[in-house]
Amino acid sequence: MSNLHEPFQTLARQRNAAEFGIWIFLASELVFFGGLFTCYSVYRLLYPQGFLAAGAETNLIIGTANTAILLTSSATMAVAVWAGRAGLRRHVLWGLCLTAMLGVGFMVLKAVEYAEDIRKGLVPGAGFAMSERGAEIFFSFYWIMTAIHAVHLTIGVGAVSLAAWRLWRGALDWRGTAFLHVVGLYWHLIDLIWIFLFPLLYLLGRGG
Amino acid sequence: MTDAARPGTPDRGYSLPPSYLNAGTTLKSWLLTTDHKRIGLLYLASITVFFMIGGIAAAVMRTELMTPAGDLVSADTYNRLFTLHGVIMVWFFLIPAVPTTLGNFVLPLAIGARDVAFPRLNLFSWYLNIAGGSLALSALLLGGVDTGWTFYTPYSTLYSNSYVTLAAAGVFVAGFSSIATGLNFIVTVHTQRTEGMGWMRLPLFVWSIYATSIILVLATPALAIVLAMIVGERVFDLGLFDPRRGGDPILFQHIFWFYSHPAVYIMILPGMGVVTEVLTCFSRRKVFGYEAMVFAILGIAIFGFFVWGHHMFVSGQSTFASLIFSLLSFVIAVPSAIKVFNWSATLYGGHITFEASMLYALGFVGLFTMGGLTGLFLASIPIDVHVTDTYFIVAHFHYIMVGGMVSAFFAGLHFWWPKITGRMYSEGFARAAALLMFVGFNVTFFPQFILGFMGMPRRYWSYPPEFQILNLMSSFGAMILTLAYALPMIYFALSLWRGRMAGDNPWRATGLEWATASPPPRENFVQRPVVDRAPYDYHPAHGEPTEREDDPDREKRDDRPEDPA
Ligand code: HEM
Ligand SMILES: [Cu+2]
Repeated sequence: MSNLHEPFQTLARQRNAAEFGIWIFLASELVFFGGLFTCYSVYRLLYPQGFLAAGAETNLIIGTANTAILLTSSATMAVAVWAGRAGLRRHVLWGLCLTAMLGVGFMVLKAVEYAEDIRKGLVPGAGFAMSERGAEIFFSFYWIMTAIHAVHLTIGVGAVSLAAWRLWRGALDWRGTAFLHVVGLYWHLIDLIWIFLFPLLYLLGRGG
Repeated sequence: MTDAARPGTPDRGYSLPPSYLNAGTTLKSWLLTTDHKRIGLLYLASITVFFMIGGIAAAVMRTELMTPAGDLVSADTYNRLFTLHGVIMVWFFLIPAVPTTLGNFVLPLAIGARDVAFPRLNLFSWYLNIAGGSLALSALLLGGVDTGWTFYTPYSTLYSNSYVTLAAAGVFVAGFSSIATGLNFIVTVHTQRTEGMGWMRLPLFVWSIYATSIILVLATPALAIVLAMIVGERVFDLGLFDPRRGGDPILFQHIFWFYSHPAVYIMILPGMGVVTEVLTCFSRRKVFGYEAMVFAILGIAIFGFFVWGHHMFVSGQSTFASLIFSLLSFVIAVPSAIKVFNWSATLYGGHITFEASMLYALGFVGLFTMGGLTGLFLASIPIDVHVTDTYFIVAHFHYIMVGGMVSAFFAGLHFWWPKITGRMYSEGFARAAALLMFVGFNVTFFPQFILGFMGMPRRYWSYPPEFQILNLMSSFGAMILTLAYALPMIYFALSLWRGRMAGDNPWRATGLEWATASPPPRENFVQRPVVDRAPYDYHPAHGEPTEREDDPDREKRDDRPEDPA
């Protein structure tokens, strides 16, 4: 197993390319979410009352718990990346496994929350429960944003688990390559986006 | 250069030396290849298919428009036809065309690289493109979509009962393919340049693909999000664009054009790059104002993000916004004009020869200028209000997209064909096709400027009788165009088994891609080239010995690997 792939001639150059590539990808993701945030802000300005009322209906407890979980997972991911740099295989394994488990935990909680939302009629469409103008739009964004975030998280959990499995089997190029760093940056992006979603979707309308 | 003077062996029955083409000949070796050159050819094949499908739709439309009555197809079918045509041509032909075919093939060679930075991602993005194309095509064939290629809301979300969801999903998937390709090129240019290939020595074709890639990476996600919102709206009834529930349909247009205006530069910048290479080569002059060209390319890429509102002068956006967008649109014309001036200055005093590829490139300059100038008309609010959604618009964007970009695509294809296949095509046929394309194009689209000014709206399947003469001209021109597009397929195909050997550098061009064999070996260069001079080191026309036709050494020289710069 060689860590160096075509068309690269040195490992350092290959590492640079991979890191540069993931940064470009992240920039592209930021535009993607940026578009969503822009739309959200436009409607927020149009319907301040509706958004406040709707924002008070989300489940603050689950939202907060999930924020804590994701922040912790970012730390465990960072541990894995640093351990990788130091060449500590066992620590990398642990870091990755914990990260994946926390990711799954997030999704389980999220599923519980979704079920509750559906029960409360917070799904846009014919049976929508609230009457303030704009509340429905708020929930449209709630669903789109959290769903897209969940898709990213699912991909992240998949990638991290796969990495852990391959590392365990000894089939992963991790020494000297940017692999862990790339996965780590991706994971931090998921975390970062949630940090924006949390106040927009959960803290709104709870000022008292 | 005449046919007879071309380097090459008279014997047509020889076989090519070992190259990327015969390194593995099974279908699997092609479908699983990670060689950027083969991937370029995979794209060439798929894009040709898309172009033909889009073209057939255009032909049917132009036939319908030969008579004032809507007698060939129903209004509804006509709507589905122009949508099919627009969706395929924009999303699946124009946007990917040059970057994925010529860009994939030439860019790594031109910077002396072994391959793109992420070869497997490159292959993956071809599959994404095919997947997106299949989704969209299936939507268009199952029953069609009648929204136009822009999917404007609320029509597309509330009223259209066609396969919008499937088509939007297809474009969405193709968008990821674009992002992956752009990312790959950016990283490739940063990390794979060979020794001595500094930024200010990059060929302008590489610069233009680089700038295009930046737009691909930073604009496409905006399209993705707005398409996702359309799908969400249709499938889950979200109400984001439904005015009755507080949604705002104009918001869609803002985000859509935030992507789609830069996207017109995705469609034209690569063409500008191709044309620059061709013009300097066949006028044997260094590009005039290399630095200015680089800044113009980057300027176009950046300012392209600030003018989207000129598509919305009649949408109900505020007058103030319209004024700003109008002003900015004039500003962005400046870098484009710089490019036209520099091309002219490059040609001026050059030792110009009219190879087919040069004819296409010259055609590009003329038609692009025409499209660009009418673009200035459209940037002025009063004129735009008068001609909005008339054939004036149709003529304007066809001048840029078809007259400009498609010409450039053909220029590049003819220019690099000998490198790609190792063989020459029939220069005589090719020149005839280039001229025919130019004539056919103008006959088709020039009358539409007049039609538009007279007030004929676009997207109608019938019209008042007084418009018939001009429409007939246009349809007649379209027939000429069809022929002109069919010709290259024939002589290119013929060249594959009958074409003479091209030699490494039939045009005596200076780019690195010409410093390796034609077709190149799998690993591009046997020995990695080193660059020790500025690009476009052509010897100026003045005083160049006129040896081109009768120099006894020319064959030898042409087959010799030239100094790599
Ligand atoms: C080759 C000959 C071509 C002909 C005869 C032709 C003809 C037409 C016609 C009749 C329309 C409908 C105009 C309307 O009613 O608004 C149209 C629209 C359009 N064409 Fe072409 N076209 C050609 C090539 C192309 C190419 C190569 C492209 C792009 C690569 C292109 C892009 C478009 C677009 C984007 C629209 C707008 C579709 C819409 O309204 O949704 N066309 N074309
Ligand atoms: Cu525009």
